[in-house]
Amino acid sequence: MARMTLKERYHHMTRLGWQPTYQPMEKVYPQATYEGIKVRNWDDWEDPFRMTMEAYWKYQGEKERKLYAIMDSFAQNNGHLNLSDARYVNALKLFLQGVTPLEYQAHRGFARQARQFPGEGASVACHMQSLDELRHTQTQIHTLSHYNKYFDGFHDFTRWHDRVWYLSVPKSFFDDASTAGPFEFIVSVGFSFEFVLTNLLFVPFMSGAAYNGDMSTVTFGFSAQSDESRHMTLGLQAVKFMLEQHEDNVPIVQQWIDKWLWRGYRVLSLVAAMQDYMLPESPMSWKEAWEIYFEENGGALFQDLERYGIRMPDYAPICAAEKDHLSHQVWGILYNHTAAAAFHTWVPDERKMDWLSAKYPDTFDKYYRPRLEYWRELEQKGERYYSQTLPLICQTCQIPMGFTEVANGDPMQVAYRSTEYNGDRYHFCSDPCQAIFEREPEKFVHAWLPPQQIFQGNCGGASLEDVLKWYNIQPGDNLDYAGSPDEQRWLEWKGLAAAREAAE
Amino acid sequence: MTVNSIGEYPVLPRDVVDNFHGNIFVVLGWDKHMMISSPMAFPLPPDMPFGALVQEVMPAAFGPHPEWGEIDWATVEWTLDGEPFTPDMEKSLADNGIGHKSVIRLRTPGLDGIAGVGI
Repeated sequence: MARMTLKERYHHMTRLGWQPTYQPMEKVYPQATYEGIKVRNWDDWEDPFRMTMEAYWKYQGEKERKLYAIMDSFAQNNGHLNLSDARYVNALKLFLQGVTPLEYQAHRGFARQARQFPGEGASVACHMQSLDELRHTQTQIHTLSHYNKYFDGFHDFTRWHDRVWYLSVPKSFFDDASTAGPFEFIVSVGFSFEFVLTNLLFVPFMSGAAYNGDMSTVTFGFSAQSDESRHMTLGLQAVKFMLEQHEDNVPIVQQWIDKWLWRGYRVLSLVAAMQDYMLPESPMSWKEAWEIYFEENGGALFQDLERYGIRMPDYAPICAAEKDHLSHQVWGILYNHTAAAAFHTWVPDERKMDWLSAKYPDTFDKYYRPRLEYWRELEQKGERYYSQTLPLICQTCQIPMGFTEVANGDPMQVAYRSTEYNGDRYHFCSDPCQAIFEREPEKFVHAWLPPQQIFQGNCGGASLEDVLKWYNIQPGDNLDYAGSPDEQRWLEWKGLAAAREAAE
Repeated sequence: MTVNSIGEYPVLPRDVVDNFHGNIFVVLGWDKHMMISSPMAFPLPPDMPFGALVQEVMPAAFGPHPEWGEIDWATVEWTLDGEPFTPDMEKSLADNGIGHKSVIRLRTPGLDGIAGVGI
C-alpha cells in the first residue's frame, strides 16, 4: 500500500467531520447558534498544526521525560536551598492555589468546546488544548509537590481555591467563562487570556522563577511554552474566524473582548502584586510588563484587527492610569487581610523599596512608601497591623474595593460604583465591572461573595478561627512572613538563625 | 440587557436581606485613608442606634489608623449611598434611612492621612 501523505494521515486519524444522518446537525450541536454568531462555512477553520494523536503523544512524552528528570534532580539536590530567598516561595503558593486549578478548568472547558463546535478543525484544536491543559495541571502539581515538603501554604490548594476569599477572584473568572457559550468561552480564555494577556502571567512567574533560582518551575514553564504557542494561535484564529464569517459577528465579538480583557486584567492585579512584592529578584515591574505586553504588543494587535471593525477597549486609559498604582494597592489589600490567607505578606526591605521607588518614581515614594514605613513601625512595636474586619468586594471581579479614582485624578480615593437590580443594590470597583454586570445581571446576582457568605453563616462560623478551620488554613500558612515557620526553617537551613539571634 | 442562555435562566440573588438572619449588610468607608485598604462590610441589626455604629463598630475597622482618635465628630461630613447625610446618633440605622447594602462614607476635613497624602 502506498504511504499516505501527512494530510491523508491526519484526515484518517481525526475524521471528526462526518455528516450525521440519524439526527439533524442542530440537535447534534445544540450550543452552536444561540450566542448569535453566524457561521457560513466551518471548513474555513482549519487546524493549522495538523497534529495527529500519534505525534502528539510522542512530542509530549519527550517533553515530560526531560521535565521529570529535572524535577528529580532538583529534589535530590535540595534545589529549594538555592532559591534567592524563602519569600519567593509565596509566589509559587499563589500559583498553585490560583492558577493550577484554572488549568484544570481550561481542560474541562476546551473538552466542551471540542464537543460543541461543529467544525472539524476547531474541534481537533480544542481537543489538543484540552489535553495540554490537563498535562499542565499535572506537571504543575508534580513540580510544586517538592515545596510542599518544606514550606507551608501548599497542602490543601484545591479546597482553598473553592473557598478562600482571594481565590474567589480567579475561580469566579473561570466559572463565568465556563458557563458562557462555546464562542464566548474561546474569546475569554483562548483569545483574551491566552493570546493577549498570557505574557503578563508567564513573565512574572516563569522569568521570576529563573531570576530566583527555581529551575524546577522554569522547566515546567518551558515544557508548557510550546503548547502555549499552539493555544495562542487557536485563540487568534477563533476570533478572526468569527469576524470573517459574518459582519453581524463583529459587535458581539467586540463586547466579549471588552468584557474579558477587563476581567483578565483584574485577575492579573493579583499577579501584579506578586510580581512587584513577592519576587526578591524581579525581571521587570508590573508597569514595564504592562507597557510592553499590553500597550505595545496589544496595541499592534488591535491595529491589525481594525480592518475587521474591532477597536481597543475604551477603558484602556483606566488601565494606563492604574499601572503606577495597581500592584501597590493590591499588596495593601493582601497585607491588610493576611490573617485569612494561605501565604505570607511582609513589608519589603529597604533594598526592595528602593527598587520600587526606581520603577515607580511618580507614585511609590509619595503614596506607598510612607504606608509601608508606618506598618513597619507598628511591627517593630509588636503591633503588626491585621484588619479585624471584612472588606466590601466588587460584585463582578470579587476583589476587595481597594482600587481608586486614579483615572479621575484622585489616586487616594476608593472608587465606588453601584447599581440597582430587582430592588437590591450591587457594588463595583470600577465602571467596566459595573458595565459587565449590567449586561448580564442574572449571571452575577448569584455570585458567591466570601464576606457575604461568612455573614450568612455558610463558612463554619462567625469568628476568624471558625472560618480558618473551614478553609483548613493551619497555623503557619497565614500571617506575616516575619516570625513564620517558613522563615524560621529558612534561617536554620541557611545557617542564619544564630546570626539573627546574635544581632537581636 | 439580559443573559444569553440555552434555556430559561433563573434569577437567584444570593445576598438578599432575608439571608442575613435579621441583619442588614452595611458598608463603612473612610475617604482618603488608604491604610485601611478598602471599605469594610458588617452585618448589623437595623434597630442599632447610629451612635453605637460610630462608637462600637467603626473602631473595629478604623481604630488602628493613627488619626482615628483625632476626629472632631462635629466636622465630619457624611454621605449615605452617595448623598450628603446628617445622621441622628440617637435614632436607629433604619430610622436614619440606612438599608440593606447601604454605603456610609465619612470625610474628615483637616485629617489628610499618613504623610498628608490620603494614606
